[in-house]
Amino acid sequence: MAEKRTVEVELSTSGLDAQGRPQRTPLVVDEGGRVTTMEAPPALEPELEGEHMLINIGPQHPATHGVLRLVLELDGETVVRCIPHIGYLHCGFEKIGEYRQYNQIIPWTDREDYLNSPGNNVAFALGAERLFGVEITPRCTVLRVIAMELSRIMSHLVWLGTTCIDIGAFTPFLWSFQERERIYTLLEQWIGARLTTTLTRVGGMGADIPDGWMDGLRDFTRTFPKTIAEVDRMVTRNGIWVGRTIGIGALSATDATNAGLSGPMLRASGVAYDVRKDFPYLDYETYDFDVPVGTSGDVYDRFLCRMEELRQSVRILEQAAARLPDGPVNVDDARLILPPKSKATSEMESMIHHFKQVMEGPRPPVGETYVAVESPKGEKGYYFVSDGTPKPVRWRIRPPSYVNLSAIPRMVEGHLLSDVIAINASIDIVMGEIDR
Amino acid sequence: MNPSVDRIKTRFPTAFVRAEVIWGETTVYLRTESVLDVVKYLHDDESERYDYLSDVTAVEYRDLELPLQVVWHLRSLPYRRFLRLKAEIAKGDPLKVPSVMPVYSGADWLERECFDMFGIQFDGHPDLRRILMWEQYAEGYPLRKDFPLRGRFSRSEQLRQALAAQPESRYSMTELTIADAFEDLPLEMRQRLAGGEKTGE
Repeated sequence: MAEKRTVEVELSTSGLDAQGRPQRTPLVVDEGGRVTTMEAPPALEPELEGEHMLINIGPQHPATHGVLRLVLELDGETVVRCIPHIGYLHCGFEKIGEYRQYNQIIPWTDREDYLNSPGNNVAFALGAERLFGVEITPRCTVLRVIAMELSRIMSHLVWLGTTCIDIGAFTPFLWSFQERERIYTLLEQWIGARLTTTLTRVGGMGADIPDGWMDGLRDFTRTFPKTIAEVDRMVTRNGIWVGRTIGIGALSATDATNAGLSGPMLRASGVAYDVRKDFPYLDYETYDFDVPVGTSGDVYDRFLCRMEELRQSVRILEQAAARLPDGPVNVDDARLILPPKSKATSEMESMIHHFKQVMEGPRPPVGETYVAVESPKGEKGYYFVSDGTPKPVRWRIRPPSYVNLSAIPRMVEGHLLSDVIAINASIDIVMGEIDR
Repeated sequence: MNPSVDRIKTRFPTAFVRAEVIWGETTVYLRTESVLDVVKYLHDDESERYDYLSDVTAVEYRDLELPLQVVWHLRSLPYRRFLRLKAEIAKGDPLKVPSVMPVYSGADWLERECFDMFGIQFDGHPDLRRILMWEQYAEGYPLRKDFPLRGRFSRSEQLRQALAAQPESRYSMTELTIADAFEDLPLEMRQRLAGGEKTGE
């Protein structure tokens, strides 16, 4: 009988060391400000016939996450130039907003970044309330924090699933969409809608949470981390994943700040800018949570940042669930909040309020304000200018994914065509928000 | 009030017009031509360090006598400050402001969008094209107050223009027609096909 032999095998998967840890190489910034790894930078292939090839990705390509069109000039398989074209989904939200009362604009905010509808609703209401000079109730503040963090998880889960599919892993997509479905169920119980929630009103919420809703939320925060751990185990040290994401599309901290990137895109480059921490709103300064920051600003770091943000959002949700106070949800201001339907049909006063509000709309004082929140994509800002009429003179959306996408030529040039898909996925774009 | 205001005032007395605070946000009004100098100072100076450009946009009021305003929202991440800069363009003056692209590369698309929507020329922007509307769009600038909500042309006129535009002529690769493909076949094959032979069976 032959002697049993054991052989030491070196783990040969690229990007992983023998213990299965991703190999990180320190990044170097060259004179031109471009970030390269210590390894040989993706060199341009030899010019075969000196002929470059132009190819179109999109606007109908599934990996562009919407109707983005990228015109790429290729030398072999290396991207030499990238020209993005956007605007296929433009519907003039900002123009339409100038013809609507403040509460009538809230449904439009659902449709711009449609993966983050509750977050947009909250952001819009915060801006309008500052313009009106209204202080919201403590219960409303905590409910809005819950809404924002739920929508952050929802949006990150879509990002996680679609990015995994883009890079070639199918299972995490199913897992993340399963979890997302649970959040949709919670939102449906709360406001009656799943995707386009229209959750807030100026001065309050569209509805208070129903009885027993918090149990559902606690159930979610208890079990959801298990799914993150599963995806983590499946993807984070996966050789294919690591090989396709490390060192791809890296941006240095100064580059990313200068380009106006925000959210996980900026934090992955090592800049700890989070609106929740730096310019707090909704009492975020009283919550205990961490802001994950990357080091090299590549696709892999963006992935790590978003995964950690999922865990931090669960932490915030747990704290919010523990501190939710009783009391009214809406401010006690007949100028802003519609009276209950039963009163509007039985009392003269309430009927007048109802009529004035629906037909005319509440009037803010003359003024302007810019309110930014930390949306899953980054700094989402709403800029309002009022001339004292019930409709804003200007309602400007500061779309984070629009600015994040504008840096794509810098990120993809010099990389391979297949990396373009990974980089584009890592930006986490929503074309509804970019084109508006 | 934001402490940067006084420093702008002393350093750029000719550029500074006025400053106001509204809802806790400071706005500095500047002369149009000196915006880039002030922004450069705000970005580079050690005591300012406004290293982050949040937004570039414009405001036109319903009262058409009021000047059109171009608005920059700046943030200083190290000092956690927020500052709004404004430049006013009086009615009738050319819509022209300096581009802040030399300071912030992120201004690229923001300025293009502002040009697209308001028709404001950003002097020094290397690639000022329409971005959300298509490049042949001829109806004007949608976010201007004199632009009607439904656009200037009727639906049928818009459709006629879209059909007349012939986007195919700008495609980089023309599509191969059946006739072209037939011409490319070897002579012997063309003769066989012309003789009525069926393929692919």
